[in-house]
Amino acid sequence: MGMTMTQKILAAHAGLDSVQAGQLIEADLDLVLGNDVTTPVAIHEMEKFNKKEVFDKTKIALVMDHFTPNKDIKSAEHCKCVRQFSAANEIKNFFDVGSMGIEHALLPEKGLIVAGETCIGADSHTCTYGALGAFSTGVGSTDMAAGMVTGKAWFKVPSAIKFNIVGEKAPYISGKDVILHIIGMIGVDGALYKSMEFVGDGIKNLTMDDRFTIANMAIEAGAKNGIFPVDELTEEYIKEHSDKPYTKYEADADAEYDEEYTIDLSTLKPTVAFPHLPENTKTIDEVGDIKIDQVVIGSCTNGRISDMRIAAEIIKGRKVADGVRVIVIPGTQAVYLQCIKEGLMTIFVEAGAVVSTPTCGPCLGGHMGVMAAGERAVSTTNRNFVGRMGHVDSEVYLASPAVAAASAITGKISSPAELGL
Amino acid sequence: MKAHGTVHKYGDNVDTDVIIPARYLNSSDPAELAKSCMEDIDKDFVKRVKPGDIMVARKNFGCGSSREHAPIAIKASGISCVIAETFARIFYRNSINIGLPIIECPEAAEAIEAGDEVEIDFDSGIIYDVTKGTQYKGQAFPPFMQEIIKSEGLINYINSKN
Repeated sequence: MGMTMTQKILAAHAGLDSVQAGQLIEADLDLVLGNDVTTPVAIHEMEKFNKKEVFDKTKIALVMDHFTPNKDIKSAEHCKCVRQFSAANEIKNFFDVGSMGIEHALLPEKGLIVAGETCIGADSHTCTYGALGAFSTGVGSTDMAAGMVTGKAWFKVPSAIKFNIVGEKAPYISGKDVILHIIGMIGVDGALYKSMEFVGDGIKNLTMDDRFTIANMAIEAGAKNGIFPVDELTEEYIKEHSDKPYTKYEADADAEYDEEYTIDLSTLKPTVAFPHLPENTKTIDEVGDIKIDQVVIGSCTNGRISDMRIAAEIIKGRKVADGVRVIVIPGTQAVYLQCIKEGLMTIFVEAGAVVSTPTCGPCLGGHMGVMAAGERAVSTTNRNFVGRMGHVDSEVYLASPAVAAASAITGKISSPAELGL
Repeated sequence: MKAHGTVHKYGDNVDTDVIIPARYLNSSDPAELAKSCMEDIDKDFVKRVKPGDIMVARKNFGCGSSREHAPIAIKASGISCVIAETFARIFYRNSINIGLPIIECPEAAEAIEAGDEVEIDFDSGIIYDVTKGTQYKGQAFPPFMQEIIKSEGLINYINSKN
C-alpha cells in the first residue's frame, strides 16, 4: 500500500521502509521548538530526567515571543529561566528581544527547518512548517523536554485527508480565506488526529506566505499536521533562507486517504470566522453590519511581509475609522525592517494605526491589545475562542489582512471592495 | 487503579483557552493554575470540585493551544479522570505524558450527567454510573501508552527504559 507524504517522512525518520496509519513509531527529530510560555515547564520537567543534557544544542530553538517584551514580573521570570537555560546548555538558536520574532514566522525565515525534516514544537501552530514540505506538529512541554533530551518523539502515524487545490484566486483573496473556507467546511475537529495534505495544480498559484498561513491553521481543524508538496517556489524559498540540505517527498499514487476534497480557488470569497469557533465561517456577503472596536493585523498566521504589504496597500492614503484601534504587528525583526524600508510604517502611522514590535501579544489576550467586555475585534490571528483576546464577553472575528485593513477604515467588517478596490 | 467521584459535565469543543486562560500563563505552578481552571466557562468549578471528581465532556475536548498548563490545571484541581467523546490530539498526548487519566467513550460522554456519581476501573476500562446504574466500556489504550500511564508519565517511562 502506498504512503502519504507525511507517512514517508515519518518512515524515513523512524528508520523504517514503510509505515501505515495507526502504527506507533519513534521518530528522530531535526528540530525541537519552545517559547516563553511552554519552555519553562519543559525545563522543569527536564530536571526529572536521569540524563539532563540536551541531545544537540544546534537542533533546539527557543523563541521568547508570547509575552515579550515582558509584560509583567512573572513573564520576565519565565524568560530569565529560559535565558539561563540557553546559556548553560549553549543553545545556538535562542531568540530574545532584539532577535526574536513570532516563532512560526521566524524559524522558516532563519532557515532552521527545511523540506523533509521532522519538527516538534511546544506550540500548537508548529504545524506551520508543513508549508515547506516538512513534518511538523505541536506538542506539550513534556514532549518538548523528552525531545530536547532524547532527540526523539513517539507518534501514532496519521491517516490523511487530501485537498486538491485547483484554479486561481481573485485579487485580495489569500491563504487565510482558503484555510477559513476549509475549516468552515470540515469543522474544528474535521481532521482530528489526521494529516491535511494539499496537492494539485492550483498550489502554484499560492505564494509561500499563503501556504504558511494555510498550514499554520491546520490545527484549527484538529489536524496533526498540514503539508504541501515541494515545488520550485518552495525550493527557491529554502535556498534563499537556509544552507541545510533538504529532501523532497511525494505521496505515492496509491496512497490512501480517508476523504478527498477539491478546493477551487477561483470560487473563494473573503471569508470571516465568527465567534467563538474558527469553523463559524461566513463569506463577506453574508456578514451583515458588524461594527468593530479593534483591528489586529499580525500573528504567526498573518504577520509576514506580504500581509503587511496588502494591509498597507489598502490603508494607504486613508484614515482609520473613528473609535477603532488598529494594531499592526510585523512577525519578525526582518519583516519589521522591511516595512520601514518600504515605507509601510509611515502608511500605518499616518492612517492612525499603531505598529508594535513582534509579539504574539493580543492573539492570546496576553498584552498589546487586550479587550474589555462587549468589545469586538477583526483579527488576522487564528483563534476566536471565548475570552481569547481578553474579557470573556469580548468577540474576535477572524479574517485576512485585506479584510482586516478594509474594516479598519470603515469601522465595520468589510471587504476591500467596499472601498472601491 | 480506580477513580470515584462526582461528575462535572461540559459540551463540545472545550478549548484550552477556557480550561486555563492565557492571562494566567505567566505562571507554571500547578496549584496556582488550578485556582483559575475552567474559569471562563464555569466560574464556580473551582469552588465545587472535590478531590477525585470526574470531568465528562462531548467531542474535541482540549482543542486549541498546546499549553500543558491545561491538563496540569485540571489534574491539580483534583480531577481524577476526564471522559470525552473525543479529545484534541495535543491535549490527549499531554494528558498521557503528565499522567492525567483520560478515556474516550462516546456513549458515556453522552449519557452521564452533571452531578452523577461515577466509578472508573482503569484496568478494565469500565465506567460505572452509580447514580443511574448504567455501565460503559471505554476505549483501551494501546500497550505502549498503558506503559507510560503506569509509569505515571513520559519522563518516568523514558528513565525506566534507560
